[in-house]
Amino acid sequence: MFLNLPYVTVVLLTCLGIAAILFKRNLLKILLGINILESAVNLLIIAIGYREGGVAPIYTLAPSTNMVLPTPQALVLTSIVIGVATSALLLSFSIIIYRKYGTVNVNLIRELRE
Amino acid sequence: MRMSKIVRTATDILYPFIIIFGFYIILHGHLTPGGGFQGGAVVATGTALVLVAYSWKELPGLVSKNLLWFQESGGLLLFIGAGLAAMIIGFPFFYNWLAGSGSIFGTPVAFGPNPGDLNTGGFLPIMNIAVGVEVWGGLVMVLLYLLSALEREERA
Amino acid sequence: MISDFIWANSPILLVAIPLIGAFICPLIGKVSTDVRRAWVMGIVTLTTAIAAIVVYRVYTEGIVTYVFGAAASGMTVPMDSGGIPIRIIFTIDPMGALMEIITAVVGFSVIFYSLSADARRSGLEQYYTLFLLLIASVMGMVSTGDLFNFFVFIEISSMACAGLIAYRIERGRAVEAAIKYFIISTVAAIFLLFAIAILYGEYNALNIAMIASRMQFTPLDKVALVLIVVALLAKCGAVPMHFWTPDSYGLAPSAVTAMLVVASQASLYGLFRFVFTMYNLTFTAGMMGWTLIIIGVLSMVIGVTMAIPQKDVKRLMAFHAVSQTGYMLLGVGVGLAVLGNASLMDQFGRMAMEGGIFHIINHAMYKGLLFLTAGAIIYRVGTRDLNKLGGLGHQMKWTMVFFIIGALAIAGVPPLNGFASKLMIYESVYLFNPLLSIIAMVVSILTLASFVKVFHSIFMGPQRPEFSEVKEAPRPMLIAMGILAFVVILFGLIPVQVVSTLISPAAHALIDRAGYIAAVLGGV
Repeated sequence: MFLNLPYVTVVLLTCLGIAAILFKRNLLKILLGINILESAVNLLIIAIGYREGGVAPIYTLAPSTNMVLPTPQALVLTSIVIGVATSALLLSFSIIIYRKYGTVNVNLIRELRE
Repeated sequence: MRMSKIVRTATDILYPFIIIFGFYIILHGHLTPGGGFQGGAVVATGTALVLVAYSWKELPGLVSKNLLWFQESGGLLLFIGAGLAAMIIGFPFFYNWLAGSGSIFGTPVAFGPNPGDLNTGGFLPIMNIAVGVEVWGGLVMVLLYLLSALEREERA
Repeated sequence: MISDFIWANSPILLVAIPLIGAFICPLIGKVSTDVRRAWVMGIVTLTTAIAAIVVYRVYTEGIVTYVFGAAASGMTVPMDSGGIPIRIIFTIDPMGALMEIITAVVGFSVIFYSLSADARRSGLEQYYTLFLLLIASVMGMVSTGDLFNFFVFIEISSMACAGLIAYRIERGRAVEAAIKYFIISTVAAIFLLFAIAILYGEYNALNIAMIASRMQFTPLDKVALVLIVVALLAKCGAVPMHFWTPDSYGLAPSAVTAMLVVASQASLYGLFRFVFTMYNLTFTAGMMGWTLIIIGVLSMVIGVTMAIPQKDVKRLMAFHAVSQTGYMLLGVGVGLAVLGNASLMDQFGRMAMEGGIFHIINHAMYKGLLFLTAGAIIYRVGTRDLNKLGGLGHQMKWTMVFFIIGALAIAGVPPLNGFASKLMIYESVYLFNPLLSIIAMVVSILTLASFVKVFHSIFMGPQRPEFSEVKEAPRPMLIAMGILAFVVILFGLIPVQVVSTLISPAAHALIDRAGYIAAVLGGV
């Protein structure tokens, strides 16, 4: 049960993120939802690579050679870097939208819907 | 929006240490947790601290956008150049031709747990440095552009 | 010596050269704008040349693999890895090579066009950086044989696309289109990463060939398959998630729009690659095939019906892009639906797939051409409202000719390339299910009707007084349109040769799972 805790968290975070993206009307909250969803996937990848009693996969002064899998950690690092760039781009878009439209409510951002 | 004297003084004292810590993480990326992106992010945090503690009105004196552009492009070019260098001497892209060669970063590594030697890793440290420089430039640039939005907001 | 070097390393140079070009672009732009233009043009020419080399290699040698960071570029499985390809491997088969032709031809003409169309705008360093990044990432998407690498390239391409869509803010409307596009594609990419995590957890590999060889088709794999299909259909603009296409295609600069079409088709390529190569769908292909067919038919019908009432010329073309994506999904979906049945496959399945794949390359060419003509009109006239345009045929004769070529090709009128691929789809789909084929023909007629209306309201009629000063588009823009129009006519005149040399190997590469696996893992 204890080892399944990360996966339970992944499910909860995924639901939370999708709910935020679907039901929130504030653009910034939608961006937060995207970030939560991203964290859920990152946690899933890290949890996949875990092994019981494993240490960090670094050979410098390693206490034992029973290590967790390093590849998922590299993947997650890449995914975090991509997430930073994504959030920065989305935030700058919302700044421009706020400046031009005066609102971040997605119901009111509808110049294109006519 | 300039912060109080206490914050500014603390920033002045902390700034060099944050930068040095960031460089430590970048340089030891192949031995300890961390690497180019993490170290670059730490260094950028140091710069962000300065940007927050002082006002954006003083920004042009504190950081130069030209230098940041140069850092960003230069870091990425160093990264790709390291990969291309392997191709020029006849190996595939990204082949680690410096590892174990005996020259810079070329000391062979013993198998298994070891105390760690900075002069190993082949061109992994070079790539870490490239990524670190690039991330430093890129993140500070992102901060600057987001802050310049704030500046226009206050003017309006 | 140097030719050997380029020959051996051509797959990676295809991505590395536009990347280097992109990173040097802001630095070189500080020297002067002319140097920057020469630099961008040189880089894109070089990329096209390298793409030609790669395509030639693939069509003569078979599947080309290139291993990153190994001691030799052919060493796909290292000695001490226990038979697992641990490195990033570029695996280019004829299907990927076909996409590279599309990217190279459209990328070249679009950059050529853009250097003239955007010459007077400011802030172009980052513009061309993003443009070259987009070309590099699309090249990477269609070359890579690694799941995670595909995810990274798809994220780079959506970031570059979003930046380019929002590049001219247009009172915030372009940013609104970009944020819509970017939220959709980020969520899609996260779903894709979720699927990658599931597959990695199950099979302990990221290489597509390795996962394909170990594929068990467990319930967990089905979850991953659904996530992949949903993500990539959202990225390529098929119907339930099509609402970003009219906004972003309509608001982006015209040169960017032509490239966006190619980027969406690269996602379509990814969909076909995963569905055909990675999953062993021989037993349950019918359901998956019908899913693609239904989504394809819905895209065709909804796209064309939404296009007819549009007033904005680029929005109209964008809805037609949704509709044309439906044809590709229909063709390949029929092929997928009968994948398990060898006799039906020989009867019409293979031909349906060839039609769908042929339509990908044709659509990129004529839709690119149409968007470039729309861009030329907007460049000279300054409006995109069909009610305000009129009588431009008097001054913009060449633009009119190119528009006619593009419009007739998209409507499927012989002897242009759209007719060749649509005929293949009609004939083969008719054998599968006559109703689908009839729907496809009706959609084609509606497309023709819609473009006749557009043509009439833009070019026909008396010369309007407010447009008396309008001149023909600048020559570089005309040359760029000419390149695409040449390909459109060429493929229309010799469709049999094109299908037998380019398209059949691509369709065969999708069907031939074992060949793809053997090329990476070495004769299993």
